[in-house]
Amino acid sequence: MTAFRSLSTAMIKGFLRDRMTLFFVFLFPLMFLVVFGLLFSDPGSDKTKIGTVGDGPVLSALEQTGALELEKYGDSATARQKVNDGDLPAVVVVDGDQVEVVFAASDQVAAGTVIGIVSGVVDKMNLTAAGVPPRFTVEATSVEDASLKPIQYLTPGILSWAISISGVFGSALTMVSWRKKQVLRRIRLAPVSTTTVLTSRVLVSVGTAVAQGIVFVAVAMLPLFGLQLTGQWYLALPLLVLGTMAFFAIGMLVGAFCKTEEAASGAANLIIMPMAFLSGTFFPVENAPAWLQAVSNAFPLRHMNDGMLDVLVRGKGIEALLLPSAVLIAFTLTIGFIAARVFRWED
Amino acid sequence: MTGARIPAVVAADIRKSYGELKAVDGVSFTVAEGEFFGILGPNGAGKTTTLEIVEGLRKADTGQVTLLGENPWPRNPKLLPRIGVQLQASSFFEKLTAREQLQTFGSLYGVSRQRADEMLELVGLLDKADVQENKLSGGQRQRLSIACALVHDPDIVFLDEPTAALDPQARRNLWDVLRAIQARGKTIVYTTHYLDEAEILCDRVAIMDRGRILAMDAPATLVRGLDAPTHVVLQKGLLTREAARGITGVEDAQEDEVSLTISTRKPAPVLSALAERGTLDGLQVRTATLEDVFLDLTGREYRA
Repeated sequence: MTAFRSLSTAMIKGFLRDRMTLFFVFLFPLMFLVVFGLLFSDPGSDKTKIGTVGDGPVLSALEQTGALELEKYGDSATARQKVNDGDLPAVVVVDGDQVEVVFAASDQVAAGTVIGIVSGVVDKMNLTAAGVPPRFTVEATSVEDASLKPIQYLTPGILSWAISISGVFGSALTMVSWRKKQVLRRIRLAPVSTTTVLTSRVLVSVGTAVAQGIVFVAVAMLPLFGLQLTGQWYLALPLLVLGTMAFFAIGMLVGAFCKTEEAASGAANLIIMPMAFLSGTFFPVENAPAWLQAVSNAFPLRHMNDGMLDVLVRGKGIEALLLPSAVLIAFTLTIGFIAARVFRWED
Repeated sequence: MTGARIPAVVAADIRKSYGELKAVDGVSFTVAEGEFFGILGPNGAGKTTTLEIVEGLRKADTGQVTLLGENPWPRNPKLLPRIGVQLQASSFFEKLTAREQLQTFGSLYGVSRQRADEMLELVGLLDKADVQENKLSGGQRQRLSIACALVHDPDIVFLDEPTAALDPQARRNLWDVLRAIQARGKTIVYTTHYLDEAEILCDRVAIMDRGRILAMDAPATLVRGLDAPTHVVLQKGLLTREAARGITGVEDAQEDEVSLTISTRKPAPVLSALAERGTLDGLQVRTATLEDVFLDLTGREYRA
């Protein structure tokens, strides 16, 4: 057995036998995927709920639009009180031919929606009652737009985040623990090159990342979540490898500065959590202010996310890899160089 | 075969300072091939730093080290397969069994996987082969780490306090392992703060204190050269202090609650005089030890 193979085997065994590590590498990010996936899976949950008083054809027509959720009240005083209390954005009171809309001034958007829908329904009924043929017509057609269903968006983001966790923690904790336990010194006293030791550790991290990719995509594709891969999804593999290298380099840097495992995992968390939020792991970064978007461009995770989204669910081809790959490689080389300069064999 | 052989270890006037502290302050010694050499001294005497410089883990400020005729610093890949090092901490890979540890370390030297079991047998851990390192006892871990240092069959073995923090039984088990290693013709250089142990195991010892070697020779020679009195200990009540002092050759006699201790440099006539008086019950004879040598050299009681 060569030194390279046996070192890799030793690290894989150590990894598979450590339940804590397995939890944080696989189950922990998977929990986020499941929770967010279920949380955002019901698209009907954002109907506006309004109160109604009375009955008649106007209310039936409102119900048929499917855009509002109606809640019936016996008298208008109770219903108005609900608006006053802030429990309902608006109340529609129908008294014979009179339709009155009472809305809360606080929520202009909801009020506008409600007034618009109610006016539309009333106008249409007026037209019908007057028997005049309409002069202007509106034709509405629905198209599949480019905006993504939550699971399509979440899977690439959370996968990239999980890979950043395993990459940074993997290299930082191995380095700190090996230095503390003097395994590094012991290896240095053996006729084996630094390159062999380093590449075997990188290989284990890349293998872990590929395993994470398979597990995550498989879970997200379950009917319950309904992820659909598009186009050349296998282009995610080079991104997986390059991303792992970039996070591995960050871990090396963390490992060089920290003396204990506790300090290393604290520092790793301090880097990963803000990076994950700013890189669009849990919500699209397009909604953030412009300066935050600019900041997020400094993170390798942001570029890995973008690339993963493009090739996994946006159906883009190899051209979508160019920018993320270039950034990740540059990042790996820069941070890797600094990490190599500050590397210490012993405390 | 004799004069032309290169010594296993030559250290010539090595020095190492950390700021104001002179950790190693001009240490020189030579270890012959096949010799069991001990570096003794209390904690902080500079033993570990000396050993690390000799192993090639640290650079000496000044001075020369050669191992088997080669310079160990900077890292010398030609020399590495010929030396085996056990570090002070037990350095193991996480979550691997005893056998896997040996196989992994062995593979760094291109050693076959079968060597692992031979090593386990040598250190008496064959029945623990499939136990993870963190579930072994302290003594078992020490033996495993020694096995890891030997897995590639090196010519020189460096052991840093292999018996520290072990219970007496585990220490004695380890002594057997160390003797077995020497019997294989290996050169052993080891540090310890147990003077009694070094006296039993080592061919030659160097006594260190505050970065310097105070004395270096075979333990028996050091003790003999000391001219320290022999202590004869009797049960209290068999003989009065005055009667003891009256015996020819007795230099001093001291009494405590349980015994009477007689100091003499001529033990033979004193013992026969005691035998004549029929007072040999519970008699013990204590000759000088390395601890007395240390006391003599430093003027301080030895405290590990």
